Amino acid sequence: MTDTNKVYKGSDYYIASKPLMEIVNVAIALGKPLVIKGEPGTGKTLLAHSIAEALNKKLITWNIKSTTKAKDGLYVYDTVQRLNDARFKDKDISDIRQYIKLGKLGQAFKSEEQVVLLIDEIDKADIEFPNDLLNELDEMSFYIPELDEEVVAKHRPIVVITSNSEKELPDAFLRRCIFYYIEFPDEEMMEKIVRVHYPDIENKLLRETLKRFYWIREVDGLKKKPSTSELLDWIKALMIGGINADKIASEIPFLGTLLKNEQDTARFIRLSSTQQGGFGFKKRF
Amino acid sequence: MFTDFFFLLKKKGVPVTITEWLSFIEALYKGYFQSSLNHLYYIGRAFLVKSEAYYDMFDLAFQEYFGGIETSPLELEKVLEWLENPLHKLPKLTPEELAEFQKKLEEFRKQHDMEELMRQFRERLKEQKERHNGGSKWIGTGGTSPFGAYGYHPGGIRVGGESWMQSAAKVAGERRFRNYRNDVILDVRQTKMALKRLRELKREGTQEELDIDETIDKTAKEGGEIELVFTRSRENTVRLILLMDTGGSMLPYTELCERLFSAASQMEHFKEFKYYFFHNCIYQDVYEDMANYKRVPTEKLFSNFHKGYKVIIVGDARMAYSELFDVNGCIDYFYTNDKPGIEWLMRIREHFPYSVWLNPTHKNFWGHYTVDTISKIFPMFELTVDGLKDAIKALTSKQKYAVRQ
Ligand SMILES: Nc1ncnc2c1ncn2[C@@H]1O[C@H](COP(=O)(O)OP(=O)(O)OP(=O)(O)O)[C@@H](O)[C@H]1O
Ligand SMILES: [Mg+2]
Repeated sequence: MTDTNKVYKGSDYYIASKPLMEIVNVAIALGKPLVIKGEPGTGKTLLAHSIAEALNKKLITWNIKSTTKAKDGLYVYDTVQRLNDARFKDKDISDIRQYIKLGKLGQAFKSEEQVVLLIDEIDKADIEFPNDLLNELDEMSFYIPELDEEVVAKHRPIVVITSNSEKELPDAFLRRCIFYYIEFPDEEMMEKIVRVHYPDIENKLLRETLKRFYWIREVDGLKKKPSTSELLDWIKALMIGGINADKIASEIPFLGTLLKNEQDTARFIRLSSTQQGGFGFKKRF
Repeated sequence: MFTDFFFLLKKKGVPVTITEWLSFIEALYKGYFQSSLNHLYYIGRAFLVKSEAYYDMFDLAFQEYFGGIETSPLELEKVLEWLENPLHKLPKLTPEELAEFQKKLEEFRKQHDMEELMRQFRERLKEQKERHNGGSKWIGTGGTSPFGAYGYHPGGIRVGGESWMQSAAKVAGERRFRNYRNDVILDVRQTKMALKRLRELKREGTQEELDIDETIDKTAKEGGEIELVFTRSRENTVRLILLMDTGGSMLPYTELCERLFSAASQMEHFKEFKYYFFHNCIYQDVYEDMANYKRVPTEKLFSNFHKGYKVIIVGDARMAYSELFDVNGCIDYFYTNDKPGIEWLMRIREHFPYSVWLNPTHKNFWGHYTVDTISKIFPMFELTVDGLKDAIKALTSKQKYAVRQ
């Protein structure tokens, strides 16, 4: 009766640590929403994609903005369209149903098969937003008064919620979820991530770039530490530019792909030129 | 065993609730863990700890509780024993907590066939023993366990950087999450996060704001008869005044204060944000700019700002006795004050009922007599993430926040 489809083991393009896989599986098995936090670029959003891909399920993404309301995820009653139809078109408007549009949560509930529902960057919304979703996520249903109809989830979606911790999430909400903080990958793990994206990368180049990358991340007081995405961009630039590994040991070409604001670049150059005499950064920029 | 782990977590500062504990137990009942400590570590953490800020406390508790066990398999008999009687060993619960626990447990029992669960559990235990290979075999629920099918991904190794074979107790021992604790550091981002809670969304003044969405909605529902809907403006109405000590003893905390200051000024979150500086204590003047001694009479604060303004004073409150209690006690030789500092502080508190004092020094040092005196005038909090949160609670509570007597 082994249902291997149900077990998440990472996917071809996503490197998940073993504890993360475990937690994903427990969340799925117990039907609890999984809250994922972590620095930018640690693969929070990608995780939901990976789960959907690995388990062969449809992914429904609800991107949260500062103006998003919990209700938007349930349904929208398009009264303006209805008014417009009533006034300017010869159309039967008595069936309200045609003006009710399901939101992402609604779609996930109505789906014929179990889906993965990604609620991305939940911390962007108002502080109360997660609490407004509590009932719906608990009961897996909601009510549409206009239709006097209850939307009940046919299959409990696998809910993945990401947060960048711009705001803290309410306790009542967190109590119902499983929580996992993705640590910034260590070098060993990062190597695997890079290889997923550039399978043919030369060993030496990979080693040198990682060494430099982690060294730059250590620089004190950077406004924005370079993340995985920046590392990948940088490596791409190096590969396209045909830069060889030895060069990275003595200078940092395309620093702009790693540090994206002037203050950080300035700080980095100042510190590195004093720390590492003869490193020769100044000449390069 | 185990239940005391719940208390240990609480003792270490993890705000774990009974609801969460029961979800965790449910996961254990259902067999979603292996006999190894690794599972207990990661699954326990995911169920019981909801912020990386508490990961370190969890690590400490875990190490203290399971530290001696090392890599050997967990003694399942003990888990079993406990699962059969989960209320055992709960002397430290208050009657309310006990009642809640019991209620939740009853619900849980209603939802699950306990006998069946226990039977399955025992079976898994037996298999486990027969296989005799401790940490590396999964306890599965006859194949449906999510852990039943781990292994290597056909496309290559899919095991991440965290070495799985390392004992969980050792992982806990590394205390990798030390720097995420809320009671140690306060960076600009965290400060902003905390300050975001300082808000009051309500309508101010008499002018009402047209709610366009609602108006259209209503109009449409009324079949096109224009129906105007007004609403309260949802903008943050909090007006904040920050008063910061720049005295010599504050030097070690300059950076900390700068962070608070830059967070508050970068945010554009408040309806109004004003800031002034002072030197050790507040007298008849505060400063707009400390470097060139640009003064503003303290009286002006009372005449220009109504009592709804929230005031945060930042300082170590540590000064010579005379600086607080004496006429002409001010530390600056060129400055005279005809009223002692304490009178000014009391007037500020009187005029601004929503005021707090943030102190960058550790609570242990608040015994000093001027600190002690000032903490009886203003509610005083540590300048840490937790302290800031409490301060903001005090600033937004309906009642005037009581100070210690
Ligand atoms: N574990 C991983 N395996 C493979 N690629 C990864 C992994 N983690 C990060 N990446 C790479 O980094 C990029 C950023 O990942 P993603 O967008 O999921 O991060 P995020 O945590 O959602 O970031 P943000 O907080 O900025 O939204 C991905 O597009 C991918 O290229
Ligand atoms: Mg993302």
